[in-house]
Amino acid sequence: MNKQILFGLLLAALTLPASAAFDIGQLMTGLAAHKGGRAKFVEKKYISLLDKPVVATGEMSYSAPDRLEKRTLTPKPETLVLDKDKVSIEREQQKLTISLANQPEALAFVDSIRGTLSGNRAALEKNYALHLSGTEEKWVLTMLPSDQRISAVILRIVVTGSRNQVLGIEYLQADGDRSVLTIEPITGK
Amino acid sequence: MRLSGARVFLLWLLAMLVGAAIVWQSRFSADMSFFLPARPTAEQQVLVDQLKEGAVARLLMIAIAGGDAEQRAALSRDLRRRLVAGPDFLSIQNGEAGSQDADRDFLLRHRYLLSPAISPERFTVDGLRAAIGDSIDRLASPVGMMLKNLLPRDPTGELVALLGTLGGGNEPASRAGVWASRDGERAMLLVQTAVLGSDTDGQQAAIERIRREFAASSGGDPAFTLQLSGPGLFAVNSRAIIVSEVTRLSLISACAIIAVLLFVYRSPRLLGLGLLPVVSGALAGIVAVSLAFGTVFGITVGFGAALIGESVDYAIYYFVQSGRSGVDAWRQRFWPTVRLGVLTSVVGFGVLLFSGFPGLAQLGLYALTGVVTAALVTRFVLPKLSADEYPMRDLRPLGVRLQAVIERLHVLRWPVILLALAAAALLISERGALWNPSLSALSPVSAADSDVDMALRADLGAPDSRYLVLVNGIDQESTLQAAEAVGRHLDGLVAAGQIAGYDSPARFLPSQSSQSARQAYLPEADEVRQRLAEALQDSPLAASKLEPFLADLAVARQQAPLSRADLDGTHLGLAVDALLLHGRQGWSALLPLRPTASDIEAGQLRQALAGSGALFIDMKTEFNQLYNDYLQEAMLLSLSGLGAVLVLLGATLRSPRRLAAVMLPLLLAVIIVIAGLYLAGERLHLLHLIGMLLIVAVGSNYALFFDRAEENHGLDPETLASMLIATVTTSIGFGTLALSEVPILHAVGVTVGPGAFLALLLAAIFVPRGTVR
Repeated sequence: MNKQILFGLLLAALTLPASAAFDIGQLMTGLAAHKGGRAKFVEKKYISLLDKPVVATGEMSYSAPDRLEKRTLTPKPETLVLDKDKVSIEREQQKLTISLANQPEALAFVDSIRGTLSGNRAALEKNYALHLSGTEEKWVLTMLPSDQRISAVILRIVVTGSRNQVLGIEYLQADGDRSVLTIEPITGK
Repeated sequence: MRLSGARVFLLWLLAMLVGAAIVWQSRFSADMSFFLPARPTAEQQVLVDQLKEGAVARLLMIAIAGGDAEQRAALSRDLRRRLVAGPDFLSIQNGEAGSQDADRDFLLRHRYLLSPAISPERFTVDGLRAAIGDSIDRLASPVGMMLKNLLPRDPTGELVALLGTLGGGNEPASRAGVWASRDGERAMLLVQTAVLGSDTDGQQAAIERIRREFAASSGGDPAFTLQLSGPGLFAVNSRAIIVSEVTRLSLISACAIIAVLLFVYRSPRLLGLGLLPVVSGALAGIVAVSLAFGTVFGITVGFGAALIGESVDYAIYYFVQSGRSGVDAWRQRFWPTVRLGVLTSVVGFGVLLFSGFPGLAQLGLYALTGVVTAALVTRFVLPKLSADEYPMRDLRPLGVRLQAVIERLHVLRWPVILLALAAAALLISERGALWNPSLSALSPVSAADSDVDMALRADLGAPDSRYLVLVNGIDQESTLQAAEAVGRHLDGLVAAGQIAGYDSPARFLPSQSSQSARQAYLPEADEVRQRLAEALQDSPLAASKLEPFLADLAVARQQAPLSRADLDGTHLGLAVDALLLHGRQGWSALLPLRPTASDIEAGQLRQALAGSGALFIDMKTEFNQLYNDYLQEAMLLSLSGLGAVLVLLGATLRSPRRLAAVMLPLLLAVIIVIAGLYLAGERLHLLHLIGMLLIVAVGSNYALFFDRAEENHGLDPETLASMLIATVTTSIGFGTLALSEVPILHAVGVTVGPGAFLALLLAAIFVPRGTVR
């Protein structure tokens, strides 16, 4: 009997915070309300071929709903602009424009970033199964690709953040390589 | 020798049969070459070659509209799959993933022969360290991610270097995995036909195939529509317009004129005889053009409608005028006047023969031959066939009424002079706005078609190839070497920011000498292994992981040099074919330039290329120059034609006063017609100019009868009636052309149609009182 009560309390203890807990809908609503801003980033790529990670740093800016600019400063200056369905990359006086549909790998990255930043749950769920954990102050959104074309490239995407601010994105690729993007917002825009 | 009527008829029939046989064998064309210069400069020759044989002339743009993005993409994929089967198309691009794989494989396989970065320094310890360091840095970027798997094979990044030189870096937008318009509402495809752009039949077959396959693919669902554009479609549409117009205009003109003739002759037999010179003239005109030019332009045949109106005149004069006085008297009294009229027409059309605008030269030869033949048949064949029986309508009452009208017309002299002065003042004050400054004014492509083309072109980012650099060589190798040499000049311009980039056939098919030089720079595998160990000491990349690179290098050292055949099955092969041309005068390479945001400064570029033997061509400037040349030439021709008519009339009339009396109404008619056209909103181009000349050349036929009347015999009512009828038929003939959608025909019609009638009217107004009694 005591055990049952204890178990019931335990259940309640587990479920009570859960019902009041932060859910995907809330997260998405918060993210969607975020209209943009600037941030510094550090991106580390762990590549099996290399003995050390490749590190890139720079600035990002986002304006809702579909423009993202990533300005890499080191090791080589590079500007990547995602505008609707086009990615243009400027590097070493060369400008390359890619239409996303030709690059399923790139599309997978882009959809995950864009969907998260814009709080577009439908877009995310089209390609990924979503799992949210943590609190509103410190949430972790795990995305598992449901489309085989994407899962052939990416095994898992983990986005971390606080409230409506994304603070980190980690990609685990199918070949075991991974990339960790750390974002530090520049406040007072 | 006196020939009997039957013999003359048989001879005529025989000549007609021979003519018909030649026409049967003739090649008819409705393509752009009507407009292309007969004696091109070197720059214009490039323009001509590009329009006739260039790859751009073989591109067709396709847009699929209707349904949602997924449905359109499915149609696009299915259409591509259908079109790929069969020999009609060299390439069908719709942006599908995987469609560029063959190109990438080729570049990867041959990167050490193709990469301009290959040099002796590339494979030294320092060179390797720098190149591999760059590649590792590149892994930090998304571009690098795509190339990560290639790092062990291509650590120096040759493929990246090659891909960077490909295309303009601008791809069309994309929806659901295939190319789409900028607004995303249409799926886009770009195809290149196997047949030349100048092969209108082939283009038509290709276009029909696309339409058929699309209909099959969409199952005829009206929700989905197909839009096509491109030079081939323009050619096919223009031809369809011209063919339908030739039939339509000739029919209208013939019916109207036959109606007039039936009214006049009241005899089917006379009508038949009266049409004899017309048919002979039209046939002879085509025969002459076919023999002289090899190809007959559709527009030339369309001009037949006007020729009918003009050449029927001679038979009218003959029947009406000889009716009272008999054949011999007609020959004596009227033939010299008719002959002089024929000669002025011949002069008018004849100057066109000297035109460098082949279409104009053909029109001239066609009309000239037609008029002369019609006159000769009237003079020598008709009298034999018609003998002396003329049960035709008595035109005397009509003539008498005309006489009465003309007697009262002189009151209009001052008003006409004032009108002409006002018209002249208008033309002088508006002289800057009179002319249409563009060659497209002559193009039969409709404004709607042209708008569709612009829209599709913008959606696809299709190259407009405005700027080109041309180099020549005696063989393929020397031409490719020349292209490489000029490419080094252009690299400098790219670095200086004067141009955004350029394409070159040598990029995918380097000269044999460049290829073997690059091959000679590739060190042996053991050598590279040692250098790598040193170069990569502090690198995150271990040298031991680069064995695939060493294997590829060893293969590259043994590779046979690339030839054009190795590029088969790739878009790169098509690019080389488009840019490396083998013509009658040897080989040439085209290097299209990509401008920066602003237009390219021709002067700067020519200076940069000075001494390299390369020719810089701005297609737009060339087109405008071409049109300007035509216009200048047309002015010159018109003035020479006018001068020649003056000389001819002056020599025959032998009196400045008589000459002035003949010319005054003609010149007034020209001024009034041109001012009228301007007020009606017509922008003038060179065919209007030619039309002015024809007003003088053709209109003088009628003015001359008044001159003749004044000089000796007065003007009897029958002759007056015949003049009116002849003018009416000529005006109908030319006026019919005004209905044409083909600007060339329209301009001549709208000028000469009213002009010819006005010439007669003004001649009647200015004829001295009492002359026509």
